[in-house]
Amino acid sequence: MIDNPSFLGSIFGRLTLDAFPIHEPILVATFLVVAMGGAVVVGAVSYFRLWGYLWREWFTSVDHKRIGVMYMVLGVVMLLRGFADALMMRLQQAIAVGASDGYLPAHHYDQIFTAHGVIMIFFVAMPLVTGLMNYVVPLQIGARDVSFPFLNNFSFWMTAGGAVLVMASLFVGEFARAGWLAYPPLSGVAYSPDVGMDYYIWGLQVAGVGTTLSGINLIATIVKLRAPGMAMMKMPVFTWTALCTNILIVASFPVLTAVLALLSLDRYVGTNFFTNDFGGNPMMYVNLIWIWGHPEVYILILPCFGIFSEVAATFSGKRLFGYTSMVYATACITILSYLVWLHHFFTMGSGASVNSFFGITTMIISIPTGAKMFNWLFTMYRGRIRFELPMLWTLAFMLTFVIGGMTGVMLAVPPADFVLHNSLFLIAHFHNVIIGGVVFGAFAGMSYWFPKAFGFQLDRRWGLVSFWMWVIGFYVAFMPIYLLGFMGVTRRLRHVDDPSLQIWFVIAAIGAVMILFGILAFLVQIYVSIRNRGALRDTTGDPWDGRTLEWSTASPPPPYNFAFTPVVYELDAWWDMKKHGYRRPLAGFKPIHMPKNTGAGVVLAALSTVFGFAMVWYMWWLAGVSLIALVAYAIVHTFNYDRDFDFPADAVDRAEGARTQILVAAE
Amino acid sequence: MSASPLAVTASAAGQERVFHLDHEHHADGASTMLGFWIYLMSDCLIFAMLFAVYGVLGGNYAAGPSPKDLFDLPLVAVNTAMLLLSSITYGFAMLTMDRGRVGATQAWLAVTALFGLAFVGIELSEFAHLIREGAGPQRSAFLSSFFTLVGTHGLHVSFGLIWMATLMVQVARHGLVRANRRRLMCLSLFWHFLDVIWIGVFTFVYLMGFVS
Amino acid sequence: MTRDIHAGTADHEPGEGHGSLSGYLIGFAMSVVLTAIPFALVMMGVLSKQVTALAIMALAAIQIVVHAVFFLHMNARSESGWTLMAAIFTLVLVAITLPGSLWVMYHLNANMMLDAGMSQMP
Repeated sequence: MIDNPSFLGSIFGRLTLDAFPIHEPILVATFLVVAMGGAVVVGAVSYFRLWGYLWREWFTSVDHKRIGVMYMVLGVVMLLRGFADALMMRLQQAIAVGASDGYLPAHHYDQIFTAHGVIMIFFVAMPLVTGLMNYVVPLQIGARDVSFPFLNNFSFWMTAGGAVLVMASLFVGEFARAGWLAYPPLSGVAYSPDVGMDYYIWGLQVAGVGTTLSGINLIATIVKLRAPGMAMMKMPVFTWTALCTNILIVASFPVLTAVLALLSLDRYVGTNFFTNDFGGNPMMYVNLIWIWGHPEVYILILPCFGIFSEVAATFSGKRLFGYTSMVYATACITILSYLVWLHHFFTMGSGASVNSFFGITTMIISIPTGAKMFNWLFTMYRGRIRFELPMLWTLAFMLTFVIGGMTGVMLAVPPADFVLHNSLFLIAHFHNVIIGGVVFGAFAGMSYWFPKAFGFQLDRRWGLVSFWMWVIGFYVAFMPIYLLGFMGVTRRLRHVDDPSLQIWFVIAAIGAVMILFGILAFLVQIYVSIRNRGALRDTTGDPWDGRTLEWSTASPPPPYNFAFTPVVYELDAWWDMKKHGYRRPLAGFKPIHMPKNTGAGVVLAALSTVFGFAMVWYMWWLAGVSLIALVAYAIVHTFNYDRDFDFPADAVDRAEGARTQILVAAE
Repeated sequence: MSASPLAVTASAAGQERVFHLDHEHHADGASTMLGFWIYLMSDCLIFAMLFAVYGVLGGNYAAGPSPKDLFDLPLVAVNTAMLLLSSITYGFAMLTMDRGRVGATQAWLAVTALFGLAFVGIELSEFAHLIREGAGPQRSAFLSSFFTLVGTHGLHVSFGLIWMATLMVQVARHGLVRANRRRLMCLSLFWHFLDVIWIGVFTFVYLMGFVS
Repeated sequence: MTRDIHAGTADHEPGEGHGSLSGYLIGFAMSVVLTAIPFALVMMGVLSKQVTALAIMALAAIQIVVHAVFFLHMNARSESGWTLMAAIFTLVLVAITLPGSLWVMYHLNANMMLDAGMSQMP
């Protein structure tokens, strides 16, 4: 990289013109597509004069429902980017066998597999589960919003800011090439001096702040804001899993923050935490990052277990079997997830005694999940099952996740892991559980709660297309990967020597294309549903004959969620209300105290993102200015004591009256 | 339809269930103390990781200076006294806050801030001295972990001081309204928590450095 | 935890621990003593290294409890027991991950010989 002359260097740091990849055709093409797509979106929004609306009603909203939807949009958009990376890798591996070198040079391929992992975990899976928890939990517990609505907005924008940094690396500079967990010494400044690693660090640190704060927010919400009568053991199961998930978030993300900070110090200040010399120990990084990393995967899956519990009960027409054991199983998983982390590095050399301990704990942690599986089966047994889309996703999950879990138990055996570690078997295992568990769970959740959020159903036909393409595509894509792993192929390979293996890579690529059709069908489904929303309208607010409180509200719910705080007597509170012939109050509404919208979250996150960008490019003046501005703006924001307003009683009256009219007309 | 809490429980026992409350259930700011406490627990974990790193790498002197060569225990004792004194003066500020005495509260906050500034000042001079002696954070993994653990604590104290100054301005402006009391109580938790961390620091970093 | 419908809607701030002058002074006095003793033990070196190490760690643990009770007003009632539960949970995690990391790293270092000549194991 050409250095800037000292004057330009003091302004632009190490950002020079060759940071822009004009010589890489794939990137140029990507940029053109993104630029054109972006221009279309910006143009449309401007043409329809929607900027004011977007700013007032969405970007500055502190309403958990709006923020939840924004998280989902972020997750779906980033899914497209992360999946593009996957397709590129599948294509490369299908071609680059034997004599052929494929089409991706190593420098590019390494960025793709790193970006694929980072994006899918941090900017697809996390936003999707966070979005669902944000949207649903306050409604399920009968609350008006989360405990800290402004913090909620800020958290979302910090996550978006992290995504912006990662996406920026595509067109300005490059991304990291050290894998999604960036082990040193490869990720240290000696072996990765370029900007990619710094984009990685700052993208994750900015997003991590958002995630941690969101965790604190939801724990406080669930503990403090439950409707009267909703004891802990009367909370919906999804709320329980959300509580445990957010406990895991608060208890694990600080570790990630600390480790990445130490890596940054090594890279920026020259400290020796993870270097090869001066007493550094790279193995400590691996140890610490997995103390975070293992709870992280439970953060991803626990909310999905909650979704499946809600869906299985609703679409079997029966209460969830074994509610108490579900709660205890979730709590066990939460604690046990801190006792297994070393199974991610059995082969690093800790020896038999250490490996045996963690191998045993890893096998033990599969037991509570097994208990959950049986509970779902028993919930369905003798139920009147309706094969709506959420239930189909749940059934697919149950089969797929069990297979993935079993391969996990195989990997939990240290001697087996010595053969399988970092092979494609491992890759197949974690995609098996993440796709089978998290992705299928996200789709189950989205199809289940979409009518609640938007007031109309998702088109069933395109949903079925998406579902079958995803499920069949997953098996076609990943079963060959298991085989290849057994046959000795390692992960992150750009080129394979043995031509007899090519057929399996080709089959896997076909599976990936099937999944692509599944994603496209999902996008078509959304478009078609919006177009046909009149016919798909949900007028009752309870399209599935649900059991929990969110189904007692209108679809979509009014800003204040509940005109009167509900009182709870039993588990499955809404089911209980329906059984007792509940009638909505039609009068006597009071003004409702609500938090005001604010742009402070957007500003603070934007300043944080600028700070990250400045640190990546060594633009020290900009880093200093943005940091000071960040602190100053945050302090100024605390001088605003006027954060709330009263939603007037007659507005509540009008909103409730409108709902009454819709309900009456539907009868 | 009115529903006092008593009516709710009574109706539950009776035939008709009242499924809604007609008054607001949660006060403003009801979640603040718990939320802040949970944040402190997450901060505790960050420090725990820094202690773990110090525990693992703290013996790696890389043929450079060791704790015995570098640490000035009398100075650390003075610094510890500064922080401990600041803790009790903040406690006095909370007592006068409870009794609604704005002026006295501001005075005790100012004294606390002075002790806190002394602490940070002494620590910065200690760091400067170490760096001048060639024992900076780049010298060895031991020194990297030392500077990071102790420095992170000092950074937290510094942010606490900025927060304290901000709150003093806000109390001067609005008095001891509920929002300000909540903020002062959060800062109280933060400040005492930092003193707890310091107990760990002076024990495991400074004192243990002379004992191993 | 189950029927405290109106926890936090009364006049006092929810979850607020109330200090008293005597409480702060007792806590301060105990902290001074619990700080002076370990410093004295180390600076004067009267006991063996093992015993000194154990003593200062024990005294630190006690002083932390003193701070928690007298300054942080931690008790089982605040926030319906959730603050204590959060603290215990955090403590459990630290108890797992801190000694766990030391144990794991000790074995890794022993087997992988990373710090030959670079460190002195305590």
